[in-house]
Amino acid sequence: MVILKKAIVLVPLMMLLASSAAQSRQTRLPSIPTGMVEIAQGEYAPLYKSPDGEDSIAVSAFLIDADPVTNQNFLDFVIQNPKWSKSQVSRIFADETYLRHWASDTDIGDAFPTSPVTNISWFAAKAYAKWKGNRLPSVAEWEYVAGAGLHSPDGKSEDGFTTHILNLTNRVTPNTPFLVGLTKPNYWGVRDLHGLVWEWTSDFNSALITGESRADANLERKLYCGSGVVGASDFTDYAAFMRFAFRGSLKAAYSGANLGFRTARSL
Amino acid sequence: MTNFLSRLSRGLAIILFFGTSLILSGCQSNEIKGEEQALLTYAPAVPAAITRNHPTKVIIELETTEVVKRLADGVDYTFWTFGGEVPGKFIRVREGDLVEFHLNNHPDSKMPHNIDLHAVTGPGGGAASSFTAPGKGTTFSFTALNPGLYVYHCATAPVGMHVANGMYGLILVEPKEGLEPVDKEFYVMQSEFYTQGAYGDAGLQPFDMEKALLETPDYVVFNGSVGSTTGDKAITANVGDRIRLYVGNGGPNLVSSFHVIGEIFDLVYTEGGSIANENVQTTLVPAGGSAIVEFTVDVPGTFIIVDHSIFRAFNKGALAMISVEGDANDAVYSGLQDESVYLPEGGAIQNIAGAAPAAQIAETIEERIAAGERIYSSNCAACHQPEGQGIAGVFPPLAGSDYLLSDPDRAIHVVVNGLEGEIEVNGETYNGVMPGVRLSDEDVANVLTFVLNAWGNEGGEVIPSHVTRARSTH
Repeated sequence: MVILKKAIVLVPLMMLLASSAAQSRQTRLPSIPTGMVEIAQGEYAPLYKSPDGEDSIAVSAFLIDADPVTNQNFLDFVIQNPKWSKSQVSRIFADETYLRHWASDTDIGDAFPTSPVTNISWFAAKAYAKWKGNRLPSVAEWEYVAGAGLHSPDGKSEDGFTTHILNLTNRVTPNTPFLVGLTKPNYWGVRDLHGLVWEWTSDFNSALITGESRADANLERKLYCGSGVVGASDFTDYAAFMRFAFRGSLKAAYSGANLGFRTARSL
Repeated sequence: MTNFLSRLSRGLAIILFFGTSLILSGCQSNEIKGEEQALLTYAPAVPAAITRNHPTKVIIELETTEVVKRLADGVDYTFWTFGGEVPGKFIRVREGDLVEFHLNNHPDSKMPHNIDLHAVTGPGGGAASSFTAPGKGTTFSFTALNPGLYVYHCATAPVGMHVANGMYGLILVEPKEGLEPVDKEFYVMQSEFYTQGAYGDAGLQPFDMEKALLETPDYVVFNGSVGSTTGDKAITANVGDRIRLYVGNGGPNLVSSFHVIGEIFDLVYTEGGSIANENVQTTLVPAGGSAIVEFTVDVPGTFIIVDHSIFRAFNKGALAMISVEGDANDAVYSGLQDESVYLPEGGAIQNIAGAAPAAQIAETIEERIAAGERIYSSNCAACHQPEGQGIAGVFPPLAGSDYLLSDPDRAIHVVVNGLEGEIEVNGETYNGVMPGVRLSDEDVANVLTFVLNAWGNEGGEVIPSHVTRARSTH
């Protein structure tokens, strides 16, 4: 009797799932690689914009990894591309701390295979993405995806979203980064954008932060943040300020214990 | 002829030059000589006075770290620090010194950091040159042109949050002629914290951006935590000591009404500058500013450092202590009774509005005592003292108190509703005001049970229903 009840519930549910999967396969062409999700086109309001810049940037539809790249993923890459191993990488492309949490070139040591890979440079992340047939997401793409709440593309419309993101961002780094994929996916089906690791973007340093946050108002470089304090679109989005400050502190060869990445692909 | 004149004038110049430098080398020189590594100290310690009579090259290494530490008993906070503690390490250099500053950001840091030293003349006070990613280090140099006591802080966006999380400290630039020697020097820095829970709510409390924007902190503290400098950790001195406090205010928002109960500042270098004011009771310390205060302690006892914006002291933690030992001087000490006029509540009993915080339920008397001890140290110890001994003539004792022990029900009324007017405790008369304390029935029961079982008191238990009853019979 109990089994029968379950079956009655399950069968229509499975039918429903099968039909929706079939439907999405029809609409999403070409097929989406495993582990990536499709992000519909939309608009991103930049935190910093140039004086004559638009209030929002159009983001075309694209694919992005649902989870950050893991140690295991990156190990596969390094094994096939030994020039990106710890011992062989050029100092121009990665600094001294590159993959320092790994035991050797091809042994991740005590790191968890499914923890996000960290201690990788922008060059290395870019090379990995290319190897996968992908690219790094732009700041606009990344922020657009990360701005989604659990139920809508605009997280700020959901109660407590800003505070929640700030709390996640403000956590002290654990000695071992948590595993990927354990947190709730956001509206797009993307996980761990906040609070696990920072993530490289293709144009990480295009919003110009000098380090003297109060003086950024005086910079007059049209391509960059331009007017800092005046130019910031939302003074209350502290988590975003933290992300932009972090990106601003980086150079492409830097690697850090809190810095990982995920890849994207144009449609 | 021209040749002769120019030779003559050159000769004169040489004589003048050497003559002057001979005179100068007799007392002091402005030429940078040598090199040394600065020794930095954690509050309340201050590095030793500088004895050099010439400038030197000073190398300073400071590390930024992000750590979870105690903000109050039972309350933790994720502090961002210069040197692992709040406030950051105290830096001491001499006017004219060439400072080579190395800022290192720990690899485990999540945030990039930088440093703006108010002692620096140059863009951003060094911030523009010291923006440092986690696991990196930066170096810049400056000459300490102006003597004074200066705040330093992090200036990375969002700057308010970096300061609110604890990134500030003091740098003293001693004037060329030095400072008058004193017996004791201490480092005291005020600041406030904005937490998502209310004052005393246990656990790891996250930063609350809304409260920071509204400038309504839950905690206002000296040297980084509630009770950092009280009880066993009080600053100590002996009767007759000349004390100099280097006082800073990290903010991020509040201006401090800096005051030491029972002392008058003989000298105040207002705002950390060069002009000394005399005979000051309370001095304003701006957020991002400082003051140097000096006084001689004439009598033994506990002298309480407060922000005289007094609710911060009694309800948010802005309280530190100087414990002075030595021979009594009855004439001077009796004047201390007048301190009761500093009570902010004035002549009427007041309650602090707001919903009572949720209480944890104690199952046993042991749990009740343990919970009560924490409540006591956050709410009661400021006046009644950590060991319940009170302050003679001002705050009645709870340890061995006949007033308390003879009628615990009356004690419930006092905690819940407050008390004003004359009472006699152990033969001594007290005439003060105690405000009603905003606590749940459970918390009142816990703290009174703790008091009834602490410091040799005879025991007993107050349970929440007693408190409920006492409230209803008010």
